[in-house]
Amino acid sequence: MNEALLVYVAAAVALAGLILYVVLGGADFGGGVLDLFARGPRKHEQRDAIANAMGPVWEANHVWLIFVLVVLFTCFPRGYRALSVALFLPFHLALVGIMLRGAAFVFRGYSRAGGRHASLWSVVFGIASVISPFLLGAAFAALTGGNIRVGLEGDLQVHLGKDEPWLTRYAMGCGMLAVSACTYLAAVYLTGETDGELREIFRRRAIFAGTTTAILAAEVLFLAHQQAKWFADQLLNRNSAPVIITGLAFFAASAWAVFTRRYRLSRLFAATEIALLLIGWGLAHQPYLIYPDLTLFDAAGPPQTIRFLLWSLPVGAAMLIPSLVLLFRVFKSQPAAP
Amino acid sequence: MDALTAARAQMTLSLAFHMVFAAVGIGLPLLIVIVEGLYLRTNESHYLALAKKWAKATGLLFAVGAVSGTALSFELGLLWPRYMEITGAVVGHVFALEGYAFFIEAIFIGLYLYGWEKLSPRVHWWCGVVIALSGAASGILVLAVNAWMQLPVGFEFDGMGQLVVTDPVAIFKRYGWFVMSLHSTLACYVAVAFAVAGVYATAWLRGRRDDYTRSAIRVALAVGAVTALLQPISGDLLAKFVFQTQPAKFAAMEGQFRTQTYAPLRVGGWPDEEAAETKWAIEIPGGLSFLAAHDVSAEVPGLDRVERADRPNVELTHGAFQLMVGLGMLLMIVSIWFWVRHWRLRREPATSLDSPWLLRALVLCGPMGFIALEAGWIVTEVGRQPWVINGVMRTEEAVTSAQGVEQVFYGFAVLYLLLAGTVIFLLRRLAGSGADAGDVVAPQEMSAHGEVRA
Repeated sequence: MNEALLVYVAAAVALAGLILYVVLGGADFGGGVLDLFARGPRKHEQRDAIANAMGPVWEANHVWLIFVLVVLFTCFPRGYRALSVALFLPFHLALVGIMLRGAAFVFRGYSRAGGRHASLWSVVFGIASVISPFLLGAAFAALTGGNIRVGLEGDLQVHLGKDEPWLTRYAMGCGMLAVSACTYLAAVYLTGETDGELREIFRRRAIFAGTTTAILAAEVLFLAHQQAKWFADQLLNRNSAPVIITGLAFFAASAWAVFTRRYRLSRLFAATEIALLLIGWGLAHQPYLIYPDLTLFDAAGPPQTIRFLLWSLPVGAAMLIPSLVLLFRVFKSQPAAP
Repeated sequence: MDALTAARAQMTLSLAFHMVFAAVGIGLPLLIVIVEGLYLRTNESHYLALAKKWAKATGLLFAVGAVSGTALSFELGLLWPRYMEITGAVVGHVFALEGYAFFIEAIFIGLYLYGWEKLSPRVHWWCGVVIALSGAASGILVLAVNAWMQLPVGFEFDGMGQLVVTDPVAIFKRYGWFVMSLHSTLACYVAVAFAVAGVYATAWLRGRRDDYTRSAIRVALAVGAVTALLQPISGDLLAKFVFQTQPAKFAAMEGQFRTQTYAPLRVGGWPDEEAAETKWAIEIPGGLSFLAAHDVSAEVPGLDRVERADRPNVELTHGAFQLMVGLGMLLMIVSIWFWVRHWRLRREPATSLDSPWLLRALVLCGPMGFIALEAGWIVTEVGRQPWVINGVMRTEEAVTSAQGVEQVFYGFAVLYLLLAGTVIFLLRRLAGSGADAGDVVAPQEMSAHGEVRA
């Protein structure tokens, strides 16, 4: 494999990990958001359904984030270094959110029935489930916004542009979009894991979150046009545009499936939508890892290490795929009792 | 506080915290597999009750370990970006292998904790076996990276100062990896086994004298005794390896300031860096030379061979080393005491648990395995200083240039205190609830607002 191809394959692997993290782990954050906003006489049943859906799988889903980090620092060590310096604060804050989300979820489960501790951890779980995807979304946008400047002469230099890269309006918009999209995914998945009145509640949540996601996506495109014009233009290029448009079509199709109560289809379409939109993002963003100074090639590490990692993937997959299939078949094959 | 001090403090806190949970993730599944296996063979319900109780504890502790481990994978880059640039480039793929093992562990934890009713007993037990194996594997693979930081290998810098990887497999061929991971994996089993024995010895002293408590103590001490007896052997192999490869660390561990032949083994004592001698130690003549090189006359290089600026903190390294060895000996003696007494009383109606002194010793030993584990880690990492990657990069060169390191450290200190306090509170509640009906409730039957469904 020549080195350019190697770098692209490594980037594709990182992107695939990211897609799996959003499609699986993102829905767990969305579950926390739905938990936070659970209202009405069936509030407790909603929370139970969310906890039952997340319980067996959230830790496995969470590992996809670690997978992305490992691919990033193994294959793109300079990029990881630059991002670590530039996003020191938002990554730390997201980390607080990620830690509190996971810890609060189990702490609540182990606290006494309906006690003060349980309700306190419930709130922490909900709030942490909002701030984590928000900050990760904002940090993700910082790759694109042009405010992280990297000097490659001699030792790597990292400067911030005139704005904090994760505090621009574009980044904030991406953060909100991330929260909203996670919530939509969670609500769509939950319609597939519940029935009766509860399913109707999650269906309404899905419609609300889907509408919000559509509005926020339009806003992010508008803000990108203002604050990351190069990226907005790239989205319309020959490679990216067809994928993005197909992704949006799948978004519409998943909304249609939710409306018409085709719950299996809506789950499939919503997950495909996320995958396609992220692939479209990747096609538009390449060859940059951090626009405008650091390309994937500048960021890439020694080819021997990348090659080892890529060759280890089939071995890892041979162990992981059957395990994941078993996990999801045991816990996700039929609607859980509410 | 400057950025370097704050970053080191945060890293210390994060690792010291995570290590406890990582050790539990390695040690506790082994104990669970044993008691669940005993249940499958004997069909005695107290074994099942133990498996369920320990599985519940694992559910709590593994989750905290997973999030604190995530913190570390971020923090390695956030606090030490230059370190992670080199480490990622040269041995990042080892983290990928560790990632697969951890992934497997996380998947099977989900199956195990929530699968009591959904899986057949045999499949459920095998899920436990997979957790125990993958937990140990991920620890062993992380140790490969740590061994590499002690003795970096597999890369060079070319004439332009560019990093070139010469052998991505070299890291796996190191004897240092074998001895380090052997010693630290055994330490995890020792720590968890004695903690469990301590908890149930406390219960026994408080009057819970039944099969449930007795079996818990016996299973824990079976694992505890085997591993505590093996531990000095692995420690000896590791010490010899350190002597050959990291003489400065070895000298700091032993408080050896002067290079000398017939070097004495020092038990205890306090190194005085100004006077360049270790005071108040009990010295066994020639002992250190013999331990290091199997020859009482062998020369042991002292800290005088190392520039002042390249020495680790001798007081901390020596003190932590003495503490670790002392506690290891204590645990070994107590486990021998227990099993010798058990064997001598094998035909009597009395058991080894009728000795209040032995029980008190077990209670005392409860936290000691974990303290020894932390002390051993301090020896390894403080003894490596001032280098983060030995001989390649100093810790001070690796630290981030970002602003606000000190403030972030304070925030994380509060966060870790909160998590630690809550975990202790919940574990006490879990222990206090005993082996009653509560143990037969699997976590998935516990609803989000805490009610237990029939």
